[in-house]
Amino acid sequence: MNRLAEPPRRLLMGNEAIAWGAIEAGVRVVAAYPGTPSTEVTENILQHAADYGIYAEWSVNEKVALETAIAASWTGDRAMACMKQVGLNVASDPLMTLTYLGVKGGLVLIVADDPGPHSSQTEQDTRLFARFAKLPVLDPATPAEAREMVKAAFQLSEDLQVPVIVRPTTRTAHVCQDMPFSPPPKPALPLPPVRFERDPGWVILPALSAKRHRRLNAIQDEVRRWFLQRRLNGITPTWDEGESVSPTALAGCANKAKDLAIVAGGVAYNYVQEGLDTLGVSIPVYKVGAPVPLPAAPILDFLRGKTSVLIVEEQEPVIEEQLTVEAYRTGFALSIIGKHSGHLPREGEFSTDLLLPLLRRFVTDSIHCNRSPAHSASAASIAQAAQGRSADAAASTEPAITTIPAASNKSAATSETANSAVTPALPSPPLRTPILCAGCPHRNSFYAFIQAARSRDALFTGDIGCYTLGAMPPLGAADTIVCMGASVAMAAGFSHIEPDRPHIAFLGDSTFFHSGIPPLINAVYQQARMTLVVLDNRTTAMTGHQPHPGLGRKGTGETAPTIDIAAVARGCGVEWVRTVDPYDIPATIAAAREALDYPGVSVIIARRDCVNLVRRSTPYRIDAEACRRCGLCLRKFGCPALYEVKDTGGEAGDKGQMGKPAVAIAREKCFGCGACAQVCPWKAISPEVES
Amino acid sequence: MKTFNLIIAGVGGQGGVLASRVFAEAALAAGYKVRTSETIGMAQREGSVISHVRVGERLWGALIPDGAADVLLSLELAESLKGWPKLAPKGQAVINRRPIIPPAASLGLTRYDEGAIIEFLQQQGQRVHLIDATAAALETGNAKTTNMVMLGALSTLPGLPVTAELLWQAAEDILPARLREINRRAFLAGRSLGSCAGTAPLVS
Ligand code: SF4
Ligand code: SF4
Repeated sequence: MNRLAEPPRRLLMGNEAIAWGAIEAGVRVVAAYPGTPSTEVTENILQHAADYGIYAEWSVNEKVALETAIAASWTGDRAMACMKQVGLNVASDPLMTLTYLGVKGGLVLIVADDPGPHSSQTEQDTRLFARFAKLPVLDPATPAEAREMVKAAFQLSEDLQVPVIVRPTTRTAHVCQDMPFSPPPKPALPLPPVRFERDPGWVILPALSAKRHRRLNAIQDEVRRWFLQRRLNGITPTWDEGESVSPTALAGCANKAKDLAIVAGGVAYNYVQEGLDTLGVSIPVYKVGAPVPLPAAPILDFLRGKTSVLIVEEQEPVIEEQLTVEAYRTGFALSIIGKHSGHLPREGEFSTDLLLPLLRRFVTDSIHCNRSPAHSASAASIAQAAQGRSADAAASTEPAITTIPAASNKSAATSETANSAVTPALPSPPLRTPILCAGCPHRNSFYAFIQAARSRDALFTGDIGCYTLGAMPPLGAADTIVCMGASVAMAAGFSHIEPDRPHIAFLGDSTFFHSGIPPLINAVYQQARMTLVVLDNRTTAMTGHQPHPGLGRKGTGETAPTIDIAAVARGCGVEWVRTVDPYDIPATIAAAREALDYPGVSVIIARRDCVNLVRRSTPYRIDAEACRRCGLCLRKFGCPALYEVKDTGGEAGDKGQMGKPAVAIAREKCFGCGACAQVCPWKAISPEVES
Repeated sequence: MKTFNLIIAGVGGQGGVLASRVFAEAALAAGYKVRTSETIGMAQREGSVISHVRVGERLWGALIPDGAADVLLSLELAESLKGWPKLAPKGQAVINRRPIIPPAASLGLTRYDEGAIIEFLQQQGQRVHLIDATAAALETGNAKTTNMVMLGALSTLPGLPVTAELLWQAAEDILPARLREINRRAFLAGRSLGSCAGTAPLVS
């Protein structure tokens, strides 16, 4: 290496290094909520945002920040959301769905942990959260490593289409380190535009969820292989700055130390190496920079021939537990010293000082777990396990786990055959997906916005509730669905990335109170251009018509203060707020057009009671004579009371409509809302005349 | 007594959940142990729904295993196919022959082959009873009583753990007062539709 060609060495704080790593990786959208020790990442990004064409914001909370990043990722941009461990709790709703749906442009979460804690209400370990979410975690030991890991995280995220968490702890985030660094060249601005492409894969529905969960479980092994290929874990760390121990003489404990090994994760690696240095001993250390999901087989390989391992990691025994399970599973008897053996605490920060006495005892062999039969009969099984592993290791780094997906596929196939064997002669039933009820006011709202906006290629962000069913054909009125409240933040997020396209968020009245208000405030504050449609059916319909703060009564039936959605929207800073009756479709279309033309955040409250709470009125009928059989009411509106009459009579031929089925209304289903009569361009639909 | 298993299939909004509740309450009044399981939430909006009702003296899970239902009550024609694998080889089925065509069929996304379904069901012989419960319900003035017509028809099957009287009693207890009369007429209409049902006992 030509030292002269190296960039100058600069002192960077961990969070600054993370910011530069993201900029070097080409991040284009960063959204965050501040929280020690994560704050400076976004501060540094904001400083350089203009130079590098990055959209960055301080969002109103972590959930909104993550949803903003999701919108960016789904357009194909690289995006980052930053927070501290406690903030991840707030962002967990979109995160848990995002893990299923996956990403397009790399999406990295920087979640800074605060062992100690120094300035947090909890010491929770983000790696545990990542295990819960089944997400990869990178755990940098130093600022320099953090910078490289951020770049690796974007790559991993794109390679396997999952969000990736980088989890610096206080002693990475707030530590300064010198490293070769010069700012990356500034790009020519503006950067080429990106565009969100519609795909059913961005709309979470139960059937998709079941499928994606299997995929998420299946890629865990691919993540492990990726970690190993990139040498994120290993005996020689990739980005170690060269402060490792020189192989000194082993003082007085040479014989014993031969049987020992250490596994260290994150910043604990630094304390271990320094401690060994201080003691003047050299014990092989396996560094874990990627603890979740842990590639355990190579670590067990590394431990072959050892009788005792010390596992050092701050906070929870995340590495220790995964390794213990795998050691037990493969019959590898080994004395494991760590948190479960009671030698290391689960609370607080580690330090060289804290570890030194333990390291000393470990080296002098005084703390072996005597419950382990390390020296007895199981020696043979260790050798056996080790042999098996090394034979496989030639072919693959993770031999044992590669067979798992194959096996589970097989069992799925068998159970399918078993099912179909029951009734071979059964005709196939029609596909029957849930859809909005006949007369549901939401259908009208979706229809009105499709009329007003789809010619402008508007994007519709959907949400969780009955109106999720707006995603179903023929409306198809949801391009994304993630979690409650996400529609608002995502429409705003999209509007910053694709400003030339209208963005319309749909949300129910109950959901507005649940989680629609913070992202609405954020949209106004960040000067998004979007329309929020509150589908106000005066209840929480999907779950069985429970009350909410807009209704003036409580769950007990007692009266309560009424919170007015329009007033709340105005209070959030929205200047254009209007209430419409979605049963009046022309008026709703007109209002939709106006809302879309408004250069800012506009809110339309489409208010009409859920049909399950009110009485039906006179049913409608279709005049077979007047009906031109254009099918518009069926194909564009899709009320379930409308159906095709297969048998077209002789008259059809006279009208030159041979073959086109007539449309009729199922009297027993018709709610009498009259929407179809407004939709029919030929005025063929009218109320039944009372007899 | 062995466990009596009833599957109620239908489309969300047809009142299948209420029907299963009525049957379960009647069985409880008859002194049995009862377990039910129902489809709720999103699927209720015009989607396929299926309810399991288990009645007996010793019960474990609420889900009826495949091939173990004594009776399949289907409130809609094609939905009977989805409940069919649950039906025991000698089990009986009472099926509303009125189709509810999903809008997806008009859009060409799926096919509703009424002819093939009827043909299949007719091949099953005496154990399948096809009735037009929707027409009967409309005669009482409200299509929403289709579930009660179906319960009425069900009540004519021999070997049920509950009598028709117990069934109606349970329905009366559950229904709001203003709906009782219309539902009573529907239940009776169902009984007359179902009186042609077979005579082999279902429960030994
Ligand atoms: S329950 Fe109410 S809100 Fe839900 S789909 Fe039916 S009419 Fe619409
Ligand atoms: S929109 Fe009107 S003319 Fe067209 S098929 Fe429907 S009822 Fe007939």
